[in-house]
Amino acid sequence: MPPFLTQPFPEAWRIPLRGWTNDGVSWLVATYGDVFRGITDTVLLLLVRVERGLAAMPWWLVVLLVALLVWHASGRRIWPAVTLSGLLVLVGTFGLWSEMMTTLAIMLIATLFTIVLGIPIGIAMARSDRLKTVLRPLLDGMQTMPSFVYLVPVVMFFGLGNVAAIIATFVYAVPPIIRLTDLGLRLVDAEVLEAAQAFGASERQTLAWVRLPLALPTIMAGVNQTIMMALAMVVLASMIGARGLGQEVLRGLQRGNVGLGLEAGLAIVFVAIVMDRITAGYSRRWDPTVKGR
Amino acid sequence: MANPPEQAAPNGAEIHIEVEDLSKVFGPDPQSIVPLLREGVSKDDILARTGHTVGLRDISLRVERGETFVVMGLSGSGKSTLVRCLNRLIEPTTGSVRLDGEDVLALGPRALRDMRRHKMGMVFQRFGLLPHRTVLANVTFGLRVQGVSRPERRERASAWIERVGLAGYEQALPRELSGGMQQRVGLARALCTNPEVLLMDEAFSALDPLIRREMQGELVRLQQELSKTIVFITHDLDEALRLGDRVAVLKDGFVVQVGTPVEIVTRPADDYVRAFVENVDRTRVLRARDALKFAPPGAAVAATGAARGRIDASATLGEALALIADLGGPVTVVGRKERLLGVLDETTALKAVTERPEVATGERA
Repeated sequence: MPPFLTQPFPEAWRIPLRGWTNDGVSWLVATYGDVFRGITDTVLLLLVRVERGLAAMPWWLVVLLVALLVWHASGRRIWPAVTLSGLLVLVGTFGLWSEMMTTLAIMLIATLFTIVLGIPIGIAMARSDRLKTVLRPLLDGMQTMPSFVYLVPVVMFFGLGNVAAIIATFVYAVPPIIRLTDLGLRLVDAEVLEAAQAFGASERQTLAWVRLPLALPTIMAGVNQTIMMALAMVVLASMIGARGLGQEVLRGLQRGNVGLGLEAGLAIVFVAIVMDRITAGYSRRWDPTVKGR
Repeated sequence: MANPPEQAAPNGAEIHIEVEDLSKVFGPDPQSIVPLLREGVSKDDILARTGHTVGLRDISLRVERGETFVVMGLSGSGKSTLVRCLNRLIEPTTGSVRLDGEDVLALGPRALRDMRRHKMGMVFQRFGLLPHRTVLANVTFGLRVQGVSRPERRERASAWIERVGLAGYEQALPRELSGGMQQRVGLARALCTNPEVLLMDEAFSALDPLIRREMQGELVRLQQELSKTIVFITHDLDEALRLGDRVAVLKDGFVVQVGTPVEIVTRPADDYVRAFVENVDRTRVLRARDALKFAPPGAAVAATGAARGRIDASATLGEALALIADLGGPVTVVGRKERLLGVLDETTALKAVTERPEVATGERA
């Protein structure tokens, strides 16, 4: 028997992945520092605007807007609108209103990024099986890789704070929307596509008038999942300096303040429920196969 | 590529669609199978040896302008593949398709789109409507693809919506309509671009029998006004005989026989077609004029005196039989301008109904 079979794992086979990675990250930070700073500043600018906008809105206007949205999404039903906007009022009574607005701003920006980048990637993936083969393991990795692993390099690239939190949230939350955009586009009824083709529709016309509208419910389900995953990141993100509800949970944890932790935790759950009902509602409303809208 | 000289069908009608030696092979490398097709290797052998499926084989057809040409066959016979080769939803492996003498297979992507937009409309088995758009939007789809302005789209679509009997349903969604009404939408959509050719792929097969008959009648009525060139795919013999000016019978990707409904019923090309037409209700397919051919030679003239009534040559055999029964004796069959074609008596009429069709020899398409 060759010696390497009888011995512990051969030391000589060591691949210095950790060294390469560390060197690579340092090199990236040193070489493209300006680029990362530019991204950070841009995202920060956007975030500050959204945050200020939300903060400037009177609380009752926010509650009213959410109520309206839920009412519309649920197919013009009153009760969901009343109960869900009631949940937001409840968060206010916990004294966590401004923290909730901060979390909402981070969430909205992260979701915006996932949609703006995720849907085109999903479209490209639906068109090319080769791209799909390449992207699938990458997406799997993004979803299963423990977040702590990329929190550190993200901080190295984008600094501590809300921007790093948004980027980390994006990495964690973008896979479902890519996957479901791809799935939705691939599931479109073959005969409807054939009909579009038979009437001479170009690829762009088919995408805009047939594929995307028919895939919309599935894409909305992707948006829904993305938002839910983004909310799951809120506490983790607070560890790299994101403010908002996650920070309160963390504070409750660090100070042994169980009550504060519960209040902030409930607030996150409430935001999640509201977001879920709105997006799931639209996913259903836009589904042409469901009767009665 | 130079257009071939204008070809005329035997009866002088103009050829609209000409399919020649068309074959379609499905599999990883269809072109590699072409030599085997030429050698005449059977479909099963090709599948066993190479894993390729032969969908269509050496199909040659000529469809005349303004006729309803039915392609009939069981599932797997290749009929849906054939109709898709005409507008290249499926790319044929070899052979040629000509529309008005123009080589369809030579068209570039843009020219192909233009042809689909302007010259061919298509109706699908499960309708293929956009579920999220209204009837109006579905009917105008082809015009929208062409880039026609919204007011003009509306105007042209409204006319067709009314013509197929859907007036008042413009704003309904497809799922709010019955199957028959959905297919009316499909029909209006196909007609709305005013194409010369209508491809109908099992258009009525998903409908209930009663609705199906109603839609068949509707198509016959529309066709009398429009005189489109229709290629109609079906697995239903009754439908084929009812709608078709001519019928092509497809089996395993081959054309077994092409002929008028009467030819198919009375002179099936082989046992396959014969088995198909055996149980057909011949009183509905055969006309009075066709029944005359079953009279014994010389009988017609002799019986003229005994005739008690007259019937038009294009009346069905069933109608002729009813009249014979009513009058209790033979009837004269008259053609155009009251020309006497012959006398039909009970024996001859019954013989026309019951005689087992002979397998014609030398009549293979």
